[in-house]
Amino acid sequence: MATIAEELARKQKEISVSEFFERNRQILGFDSTVKALIVAIKEAVDNSLDACEEASILPDVSVTISKLDQTEFRVSVRDNGPGIVRAQMPNVFGRLLYGSRFHAIRQSRGQQGIGISAVVMYSQITTGKATHIRSKIAESDVSNDIDLTIDTKKNRPVVVREDHLIWEEGGTRVDHGTLIEFNLGARYVTGKQSVMEYLRSTAVVNPHATIRYTDPEGKVYNFDRATQTMPPKAVEVKPHPYGLEIGTLINMLAYTQEKRLSLFLRNEFSRISDRVAREICEKAMVSPDRRPKDISLEQAKAILAAIAQTKIMAPQTDCLSPIGEALIKRGLKNVLGTLRPEFYAQPVTRPPAVNGGNPYQVEAGIVYGGELPPDQPVTIMRYANRVPLLYQQGACATTQVVGAIDWRRYGLEQRGGTGIPYGPAVILVHVLSTKLPFTSESKEAIAPIPNIMEEIDLALRTCARNLKSHLNKKETKSRAAVKFDIVTEIIPKIAEKTSKILERPVPDISRTITKIMNVVFIEDSVEYDQKKKLTKATIRVRNYTARKQELKVHALVPREYIDSGSIYPEPAEIADDGKIMWDIKKMQSLQTVECTFAMKGLERDDYTENEVYVSDINPATVIGAETLPGDWGIKTFEFEETEEEEADYDEEEGELSEE
Amino acid sequence: MKNDGEPMSVALEKLTEIAETIYGQLDSGDIPKMSLPLRTKGNIRFDNKTNVWKYGKATGVRSAKKAVGAYMLLRTMHMLEFIGDMISDSKSSTLREMYYISEGWGKAKFNSQDESDKLAEDLEIITKCLREDFKLRPEEDGARVIGNLTLEETDRKGKKKRMNCRDDVGDSGYSVPYNVESDKIKLISHDADFIIAIETGGMFDRLVENGFDEDFRSVLVHLKGQPARSTRRFIKRLNEELKLPVVTFTDGDPWSFRIHASVAYGAIKTAHISEYLATPTAEFIGITASDILNYDLPTDKLSDVDIKALEAELTDPRFRDPFWKTEIETMLENKKKAEQQALAKYGLDYVTDTYLPEKLTQAGII
Repeated sequence: MATIAEELARKQKEISVSEFFERNRQILGFDSTVKALIVAIKEAVDNSLDACEEASILPDVSVTISKLDQTEFRVSVRDNGPGIVRAQMPNVFGRLLYGSRFHAIRQSRGQQGIGISAVVMYSQITTGKATHIRSKIAESDVSNDIDLTIDTKKNRPVVVREDHLIWEEGGTRVDHGTLIEFNLGARYVTGKQSVMEYLRSTAVVNPHATIRYTDPEGKVYNFDRATQTMPPKAVEVKPHPYGLEIGTLINMLAYTQEKRLSLFLRNEFSRISDRVAREICEKAMVSPDRRPKDISLEQAKAILAAIAQTKIMAPQTDCLSPIGEALIKRGLKNVLGTLRPEFYAQPVTRPPAVNGGNPYQVEAGIVYGGELPPDQPVTIMRYANRVPLLYQQGACATTQVVGAIDWRRYGLEQRGGTGIPYGPAVILVHVLSTKLPFTSESKEAIAPIPNIMEEIDLALRTCARNLKSHLNKKETKSRAAVKFDIVTEIIPKIAEKTSKILERPVPDISRTITKIMNVVFIEDSVEYDQKKKLTKATIRVRNYTARKQELKVHALVPREYIDSGSIYPEPAEIADDGKIMWDIKKMQSLQTVECTFAMKGLERDDYTENEVYVSDINPATVIGAETLPGDWGIKTFEFEETEEEEADYDEEEGELSEE
Repeated sequence: MKNDGEPMSVALEKLTEIAETIYGQLDSGDIPKMSLPLRTKGNIRFDNKTNVWKYGKATGVRSAKKAVGAYMLLRTMHMLEFIGDMISDSKSSTLREMYYISEGWGKAKFNSQDESDKLAEDLEIITKCLREDFKLRPEEDGARVIGNLTLEETDRKGKKKRMNCRDDVGDSGYSVPYNVESDKIKLISHDADFIIAIETGGMFDRLVENGFDEDFRSVLVHLKGQPARSTRRFIKRLNEELKLPVVTFTDGDPWSFRIHASVAYGAIKTAHISEYLATPTAEFIGITASDILNYDLPTDKLSDVDIKALEAELTDPRFRDPFWKTEIETMLENKKKAEQQALAKYGLDYVTDTYLPEKLTQAGII
């Protein structure tokens, strides 16, 4: 199906696009006054972030809402982007379907050049007022100020006032940037679907941006950037023929500079060689020399059918720009603010995949426990190309995948094993693509395409397994803590008391202790040295069994940060993927071995928990670390026979209510 | 209390044996543990010799492998030490004081008095001594007795006081002390035909006011809900030594059935001394589920807890006879319970003029 925008573009002769949108504003998400406010801000912020990234500027975006009366608000969004030259200003803000992105195939927030001009129009429809735009480029001394309306019949911008001035903010000259101010008929709410939530969610996936928000009561919220590193620039690529739609093809045929069909195919698309172009022409039974402008609708359809029957290399995928595992964690941490969760599951960025002709990629993260509210449905943070999705949660591929996973296996509550799970957790899913399939033009939900859903599922399950392993570790630790209490506190006291009663020397309790514990206990801890910017990790192995023990201890560490001189004792191996392995031999009963290492170049909280595994030991005798996954040199072990349990006197269900 | 030597040193010896066992286990590198008969309804057996229910052969282990067990073993050691100290200092304490003493035991302190009471009972079971031998006693319970019964009590100053439980006492009757053994109380004489053990104070007072003890030549004993050991022991002595039949008169609810069971069959909690506390010939003349229907008594709806209690009784071996089975099932079916004072529906004299004579006749007492 052609996008609505493209269809509309073709209808332009009959009615103006602007006029159409004036009558059908819900298509762009302006269907309620509450939503209109959020959507308007979202469009402006998307534009600001996109502009900054294109110019490799770390974005500073300020959003201010002022209340004029019960139904009218004034919104101002200012950025430090490169600015827009005067000649382009009216077109960018006042003409639908105008924009550099419309014909580009690239991962970006806005895609069709509809958004911001729709905001200008919505403002005009609901308040009758013009939109004020100020923009300044670095080369110019003054900013250009214009007040703009749209002639909806002609889809043309009308500049109603123009000015130039020296732009100062807080006493400082602004070097470059853009400010848009507009009034609109709207309603202001707080809560789950609010401007605040939208901006908070935006900050999570844009850790390189600083966002400042002033609400209608004048309260200021700052989301400071969590990294100084710009995300890698999204590369512009030509469209891949798979997934091409008839409307797009017709448009491209009409606008191309190429004179021959074969050259058009080769040069306007990716992954089409001369040979493939000839093959397509042959199968479509259209001459390779035919002028693209002369191709009929029937022929275009035949070309599309031929493409489907031709083997073409998958599209390139290096044009996507994921947030990345480290930055997802940092973004989440930054935005949760004072709320301290118990655990951040290691975020997952899946390798890029292809749907139709478009590469896409999925990222996911889970935050768990601590001060997150425990008995509510989990918060699902959905993102599409770094834009938070606040509406139509139920229709979204992300929500559907979350609901289809049995979260009980991963330690969350879920009635019947389907639906949104309950518990103290935030689930983040980011889907990025050069062309995201949305359920509607208002871009509020990702369409449930099987390929994409499968990738979301894989990403979430990886995070969820990480969460489960954390929860297991926590549980075994609390069980071990009980045993520690027995052997370090209670048994010595029993020994002391009995010897006092009997007036005999205190017996040696070490054998009793090893019988009660009967485990090799592994504890790990991480400390951060702020001064030296060193992350120091310790893995403490204690032999609480009656026998000598031998084992291998493995720590999975980000390779690039390891300070290899710091590893102690001498490791048996450091693998390329960052796995450090210690071979611990002949550990005496009640002996302790400490393995330590340090990492350089990490921020505080980037690395808070060691990923520790053991091998070459009976896993049943180890508490605090799991067996190294995979068949990585693991011997099989006979499980030791445990003695038959006698009934526990204190736990037997008694009925002692009498007397 | 006077230390008469003999049972005390036995108790001390037995308690020291427990410490020896634990010490030995630690010394040989084992996990300390203690074996005890399971004190559950699944582990009580009818003893044909004494006609009461006692603990069976099933045992459980209290092991230091688990936290609960380890803590209980440490508490046991503390308690042993404390009892030893009391014995050598000729002191004694109430069970409640025992519980508060544990405040000074650091991590070993009891979480509730139930826990310390239960541990004292555990020690009774292991040593086959009584908690009095450990210098532990319950608080005075003050169950009341009215009837033509003469006894001689040795008071705290060692003076013997003879009194008739009808003529020498006020309207609240003779108060039963916690020690009712023959060194404390001698049963001298009586002129009564049976003993009626009554659950509630209100009903006890009604029978006193209506002169039931004189009109029916009976000794009235107020049970005060679940009767204390001393009350049960006292009833047993009257039954055994004076050959007086015993009846229990209670409310009609699952808890009252259990009161009768502990008087007549032996309580699960004290099954190690049932033969010493229970009166196997005691007859139940309390409100039954059938009485509720037959006498058309005002009722309350069974609560969820009541229903659970009744269901538990269906699997309690002590209630495994046709009478109880029918009554429990009928009550579960009707989902109704009634208090003994519900009989006042028919007037204040109805209980003494009609209900009790009918029930006592059925029971073959009069």
